[in-house]
Amino acid sequence: MATVHPESLTAPSVDYRSVTRDVAAVPLAFPSPRAWWIGFGISCVGVLIFLVSAFWLFYRGVGIWGINNPDFWGLAISNYVWWIGMGHAGTLISALLLLINKGWRNSLNRFAEAMTVFAVIQAGMYPILHLGRPWLFYWLIPYPNTMTVWPQFKSPLEWDVFAVGTYLIVSVLFWYVGLIPDLAGVRDRAKRRVWQVFFGLLALGWRNSAIHWQRWQVCYWILAGLALPLVISVHSGVAMLFAGGLEPGWHTTIYPPYFVLGAVFEGFAVVLLISITLRHAFRLHHLVTDRHLDMLAKLLLAFGLMTAYGYLFEGFGAWYSGDLYERQTLQDRLSGDYAWAYWGAIALNFVVLQACWFRAVRRSAAALLAIGAAVTVGMWLERFMLVTTALYRDFLPSSYQAYVPTFWEWSLFLGTIGVFFFLFFLFVRLLPMISMFEIKEVLQEEARGGHRAAPS
Amino acid sequence: MPHRPDPYGLLARFENVEGLLAGVGAVRGAGYTRIDAFTPFPVEGLARAIGFEERRLPWIALIGGIVGGAGGFLLTYGLNAWDYPINVGGRPLNAWPAFAVPAFEMMVLFAALAVILGLLILNRLPRLNHPVFEVPDFRRATVDGFFLLIRSDDPLFRVERTGRALEKAGAVGIDEVPS
Repeated sequence: MATVHPESLTAPSVDYRSVTRDVAAVPLAFPSPRAWWIGFGISCVGVLIFLVSAFWLFYRGVGIWGINNPDFWGLAISNYVWWIGMGHAGTLISALLLLINKGWRNSLNRFAEAMTVFAVIQAGMYPILHLGRPWLFYWLIPYPNTMTVWPQFKSPLEWDVFAVGTYLIVSVLFWYVGLIPDLAGVRDRAKRRVWQVFFGLLALGWRNSAIHWQRWQVCYWILAGLALPLVISVHSGVAMLFAGGLEPGWHTTIYPPYFVLGAVFEGFAVVLLISITLRHAFRLHHLVTDRHLDMLAKLLLAFGLMTAYGYLFEGFGAWYSGDLYERQTLQDRLSGDYAWAYWGAIALNFVVLQACWFRAVRRSAAALLAIGAAVTVGMWLERFMLVTTALYRDFLPSSYQAYVPTFWEWSLFLGTIGVFFFLFFLFVRLLPMISMFEIKEVLQEEARGGHRAAPS
Repeated sequence: MPHRPDPYGLLARFENVEGLLAGVGAVRGAGYTRIDAFTPFPVEGLARAIGFEERRLPWIALIGGIVGGAGGFLLTYGLNAWDYPINVGGRPLNAWPAFAVPAFEMMVLFAALAVILGLLILNRLPRLNHPVFEVPDFRRATVDGFFLLIRSDDPLFRVERTGRALEKAGAVGIDEVPS
């Protein structure tokens, strides 16, 4: 690939016109329809698997799953935590890096936010699917009813209803507000009537006025400032579902930060996978450069090490508490029936990750693809391990029971992956997947700083 | 020129950001006030250069946040401590640290909704059309065009004289925006 100016984020050939041409061309004149249809077709099969699994679940009840007493949670909740955690990196890339003025986010934020929205949708479905009587899920919403009862707001379960609901709405809005100027950009290049109407309506009549831009910027910054603490509150709320109970292995103060960091770690791994795949599929190496991958890998390493600290402290806390059950759970994790999940998580999350110390690895798409995949699986193993090892042996030895997920739990998980890809394929096909105007902003700033020739 | 109605304004295109900023300074110096600029991306200092500053949006967000946060707390307190008191393990009925979580989420939600509504309403969006879209060259405003508009309701506006002022300010192309 072309050599990149050390100070420049995108390839030297990039200018205002080429950004719009390359990005807007994707929805308007789709470059690789065959590959897209194949991928979209496979994801449609995934949606079908989801629908069948959910239908069978609603028809027969949660008895078709392997959950038991004491392990009431199983894959449904570990997958819920895994999906919602994935979304957090998208918000952090968009919001945190905007607030601290890191221009390199501008090549990544659009599809990272799309990932957030689609992952939160999968997460939001799980707690409802997991209910014994899912048709009564609306009891969680405070509404005046003939039973004259109200939800119990001291419960983290109720917090999660508010947290996840707010997170989904705010993520969608943040994404959309950021999209409006680019929707106008695609609208102005659209030749076919159907696209002109589609993008024209979505762009809300945006006309790039300096006054509008000023308000837009204020609004976008405020949204970013709101999204940042929101992410932390959402995943802390999820962690409180665990830490709020007395269950050994969960009942510790490290849980909220440990969960938030692990979630962001996992999310960065998925952002890496998506960036590498998209730039390869649409030949966007000049917009998503090796330098972007380098930055992502550094963040992955940082958050991975912080998560590793969580592992260490979790073990230390269990030992230092002197509590028999806490120590037993720790021992179960290290050498019990599910030790494969614990050591699998350690190996895939932290051993593989150490390669990111080397610059050559951080600049190699193939290596990062492998590391990203390892962390994505490793974090899934971690969430599974945290849920299962604490539950299958708690206080009463007479109720110790192993948990083995059944076919329908796996098929539902596969189905949610299918729904995620289904939405992502639609996003790639229909919307500008890279933020055009924000890359132009970076070009202008780099030109002013003398790091590249003035773009025209 | 009684035979022709006034146009909506004159739209001048500039080569780049620096040219536009210099042009804005020139026409402002010449006394024009009813002006607007159009750029493919937000340009720092451009709004200030045309004499505009946004002060209301942060307040709108703040009010939304206060309404959401206070409403969220009153909702949880009212439901769990007053209308339907729930004793959970002997903890106080007004468990404000627990109620703070839904209240915080409501604060974020309402602040976000308020600031986005504020953005749309202040910008008079959505709207289906606008006179500037009649200029074919204006499509470049989303690609690489930097435009300056002087509206015809400006007291100094005369088509010829304003056109000359824009030319002198460094415009590379001038179009009349039909009203």
